Amino acid sequence: MGMTMTQKILAAHAGLDSVKAGQLIRANLDMVLGNDITSPVSINEFEKAGFQNIFHKSKIAMVMDHFTPNKDIKAAEQCMKCRTFAKKFGVENFYDVGRMGIEHALLPEKGLVAPGECIIGADSHTCTYGALGAFSTGVGSTDMAAGMATGQAWFKVPEAIRFELTGALQEDVSGKDVILHIIGMIGVDGALYRSMEFVGEGVKTLSMDDRLCICNMAIEAGGKNGIFPVDDVTKEYLNGRVDRAWTSYEADPDAEYVESYTINLSEIKPTVAFPHLPENTHTIDEIEDIPIQQVVIGSCTNGRLSDMAAAAKILKGKQVHPDVRAIIIPATQHIYKECIRLGYADIFIDAGCVLSTPTCGPCLGGHMGILAAGERCVSTTNRNFVGRMGHITSEIYLASPAVAAASAITGKISGPKEVQ
Amino acid sequence: MEAKGFVHKYGDNVDTDVIIPARYLNTADHKELAAHCMEDIDKEFIHRVHAGDIMVGGFNFGCGSSREHAPIAIRAAGISCVIAKTFARIFYRNAINIGLAILECEEAGEKIEDGDEVSINFDTGVITNLTKNETYQANPFPDFIKEIIAKGGLMESIKGA
Repeated sequence: MGMTMTQKILAAHAGLDSVKAGQLIRANLDMVLGNDITSPVSINEFEKAGFQNIFHKSKIAMVMDHFTPNKDIKAAEQCMKCRTFAKKFGVENFYDVGRMGIEHALLPEKGLVAPGECIIGADSHTCTYGALGAFSTGVGSTDMAAGMATGQAWFKVPEAIRFELTGALQEDVSGKDVILHIIGMIGVDGALYRSMEFVGEGVKTLSMDDRLCICNMAIEAGGKNGIFPVDDVTKEYLNGRVDRAWTSYEADPDAEYVESYTINLSEIKPTVAFPHLPENTHTIDEIEDIPIQQVVIGSCTNGRLSDMAAAAKILKGKQVHPDVRAIIIPATQHIYKECIRLGYADIFIDAGCVLSTPTCGPCLGGHMGILAAGERCVSTTNRNFVGRMGHITSEIYLASPAVAAASAITGKISGPKEVQ
Repeated sequence: MEAKGFVHKYGDNVDTDVIIPARYLNTADHKELAAHCMEDIDKEFIHRVHAGDIMVGGFNFGCGSSREHAPIAIRAAGISCVIAKTFARIFYRNAINIGLAILECEEAGEKIEDGDEVSINFDTGVITNLTKNETYQANPFPDFIKEIIAKGGLMESIKGA
């Protein structure tokens, strides 16, 4: 029996010639990630178990991105705990305010993740790095602690779903619309415990930012990981970022997939997920007038440079609706600086948006854009659960940066065409 | 090993944001987390729960964020076991890793109602509904996972490995 891309990476990291779905393995890790919320719990576990050393100084990353710049005293103390730990053990990839970015935008940008690698992160959106052809999955703090101590994690080898992509996206349609379309189709547990493997002729038409966004939300379909094969787009992205050797894996022709779907990218329309589940999707042409009070453009899902470009294209020369607060958050310091260099910062500020330094803040209802009772937000983030961004009666509509920017102008959920 | 208690029943897709809202994640203190457990979907839970009680959910229990604060809050609130039709995968491994008992059983998730008294035999995976006088068979854990649970969680199991 052949193996999927995911199974090949897991076999290689478990020191096995082959693995099959359902098999429990212990795999060697190339990167162990945590943030300012999950790392403190992990550090407690690490210390409680009495470990004296970390497995590798450069294969652990801690990124202070969720409640930073520190939103309150408790958040400051959590960051202090991470900082102290990182100093004590010489964690090389410790990213603090001023150098940090949102973790899943930062790690690829810094070349800390590469094709064929096996990565865990105590953050559910760690599945993002599958875009580069890595096996990468979210875990909890105890897994992170064990990973920091031993350099290993246990996995059940996943079954896989194959998504054959054909065609090419239309203008103002993005990776966000693709993954929302897929989640709408298979549901929030449609890929539970499984890999989502994206293949086919359509792959080469997708930018790296689109792929990162698609893999980022694999978890919103319940997936263990999302993964793309390595191609010229990947290699171009890696150029200048990753100088260590990496391995590209392709699925065997006889690899087993429990389900297969063909997705014609040309047919995807701007898509919005209504409250309170990412599977409640509607295409933009089906949506009636829904007034909104806030727009958030950013996050590990959509805070990359192409997302900023998509928003800037629509907001250029326009004004945010007087009833809307528009909050734009470039995901890393580099992207923030590029927004200034390319003139996007002027466009956003002139349009009446807030332009924030990197933080996960509003996505999880932490800070920097909390919703009052009954308020509605169009957000480029990844979850629209009850109370996720504030009051339990507030509502989040998940969408692409283009839809979010257009909605900021009209004050209601709108497609890009409505403002052009 | 056995558990026995009254049931707090919830539906499908109970996410970790409602189990413990992110606004409380500025602490890792178990008691503080427990005080806000389930508050966005059930404000009364924390007042009604007694040590040893059992939580029952539908499909995809614990979906969303990887926050281990979610199973920690449930355990610290006094819940002895979570039964669900299916679990989201990160919640599933977090629960095992921290030693919170969980059982996957579609029939139990369907038939058990809020307030039922239930007992669980973890060796056999048999769930007995004392209120309804019914039994349900949970899916057994693989040996590898049984070993982690028997050792009291992941960190204990890797010590000296």
